[in-house]
Amino acid sequence: MAIRVNLITGRTIQQGVAMEAGKEKPAYATACGIIELDPTDFKKLGAFRNTNVRVTSEHGSVVVKAVEATQGPHPGVAYIPMGPWANMVVNPNTYSTGMPTFKGTPVEVEVAKDEPVYSSLELVRKACRGELA
Amino acid sequence: MTKTVTDVICPFCGTLCDDLEVVVSDDGKQLLEVYNACAIGAEKFLHSQAKDRITRPRMRQEDGTWKEITYDEAVEYTANMLADAKKPLMYGWSSTNCEAQAVGAEIGEAVGAVMDNTATVCHGTSLIAVQDIGIPSCTLGEVKNRADRVLFWGCNPAHAHPRHMSRYSIFPRGFFTGKGHTGRKVIVVDPRPTDTASLADIHLQIEQGHDYELFDALRVAFKGEKLPDVVAGIPKEKIYEVAETLKSGRFAIIFFGMGVTQSIGKNHNIDAAIAVTRDLNEYTKAAIMPMRGHYNVTGSGQVWGWQFGFPFAVDLSRGFARYNPGETTSNDLLRRDEVDAVFVLGSDPGAHFPFNSVKKIYDLPSVVIDPHETPTSEVCKVHVPVAFVGVEIGGCAYRMDNVPIETRKVVDAPEGMMTDEEFLTRVLARVKELKGV
Ligand code: SF4
Repeated sequence: MAIRVNLITGRTIQQGVAMEAGKEKPAYATACGIIELDPTDFKKLGAFRNTNVRVTSEHGSVVVKAVEATQGPHPGVAYIPMGPWANMVVNPNTYSTGMPTFKGTPVEVEVAKDEPVYSSLELVRKACRGELA
Repeated sequence: MTKTVTDVICPFCGTLCDDLEVVVSDDGKQLLEVYNACAIGAEKFLHSQAKDRITRPRMRQEDGTWKEITYDEAVEYTANMLADAKKPLMYGWSSTNCEAQAVGAEIGEAVGAVMDNTATVCHGTSLIAVQDIGIPSCTLGEVKNRADRVLFWGCNPAHAHPRHMSRYSIFPRGFFTGKGHTGRKVIVVDPRPTDTASLADIHLQIEQGHDYELFDALRVAFKGEKLPDVVAGIPKEKIYEVAETLKSGRFAIIFFGMGVTQSIGKNHNIDAAIAVTRDLNEYTKAAIMPMRGHYNVTGSGQVWGWQFGFPFAVDLSRGFARYNPGETTSNDLLRRDEVDAVFVLGSDPGAHFPFNSVKKIYDLPSVVIDPHETPTSEVCKVHVPVAFVGVEIGGCAYRMDNVPIETRKVVDAPEGMMTDEEFLTRVLARVKELKGV
């Protein structure tokens, strides 16, 4: 079962700390390779907390771990902390302002239990070489 | 024995806290402890001590592995790449000092580069709005001492600027704000009930992407005119309440962040936010301030402002400065294949640009100057590690309210490492030789 939600991105303190500790470290993927979903959206998705999910938009696709919203409730809105995972799916159009549309991308979320969440360097490397599924 | 260095400046976010204390070893080579910083600031200082830190430049080999090269070789590669390119992009400039930014701008002029900083994905749209209609702003000192109405719109300082609220905006007791937070009314506008919202007197959980409407509704409410029952998901009673709260204060400050600048509407959202501030000045004193992210993105705008007249997206490829956001901005240039080399310093577009821009960097000749290993170093051909500005070398930085603060050196960089400024100065000299200027 796939659900449709409105995706926003942004900073979290965990993202900031993990980023300064080193983006090559696993802690960075733990902090940013996630999607925060509202409990009601979890129900609709029919998934447990901490399940890997595939997030797909018109612009791309990425596998991240679904966790419960830490700053909720926000039904219908999903949150991926800023970073390479979010940037696989955000709307890159700037509409002549220079600014990609990082907030407000419609995405589809589906369970992808057996697919891995890559580390930041792996994700970018694989995507650049066209090695992602 | 250890030494304690006081009044240290934190080189992470635009709050640019200037009250840190850092304990260093007697020989000044090791940083042992950091006091007063938030978790992110402390991590930045401590990470400079990482044992696995990369201390020499590296070049990507055919098989994808790295080979260590000397700084001389890195200078040579960088200078040649920039001199050979028709229109190189020189991006970043936010996590470094103003001295390095100035040398970078000189290189940009010599090679005809497009200079862009992280405002392009942060407050670039705010800068466009300021050029459209101006901005009534103030310093954080005024906020601390005077503000009794504080509105956070589309920003979450509890996570992005952790000490902002305790040093300036919510909790401190100032000259006219002796009661601290009990004397202030705090309003948060955000589509999520964020940790900042949990500290607010009023939280408006706005429907994402409808900021423009809500700004306009506030302007209507100030005048006591009629509103529809619900605007942007907020019942009109709430909007009138917020309007009254703001009008009844002695000094209102609006802080805004990425929720407004990156959502649809972009610069027009900021136009509306500034118009709200202007209208509010009919009733009381009001000011507005962007929550700048990187500790010295503001300085980069200042330096280019006085050198070229524009704060970001400066195209020097025709021999004079042009500025046209949407055309001369990094993501538009990369997506349209309009640059033929990429130089990055003091930023991580590999992590923070939409992926299709990152792929373009991967396909081009590219150099990144960064103390860390990052997704950008992962896609660049040459990675030049440098000393941490604000930790291993001082220099000037501008706080989010445009106040310049001199950062301090607290420890030595690992043996033989260059600073941003030293590296850029060498590249500039070599570029001048190559170009015969
Ligand atoms: S609030 Fe910002 S400047 Fe202050 S210590 Fe934290 S990261 Fe550093």
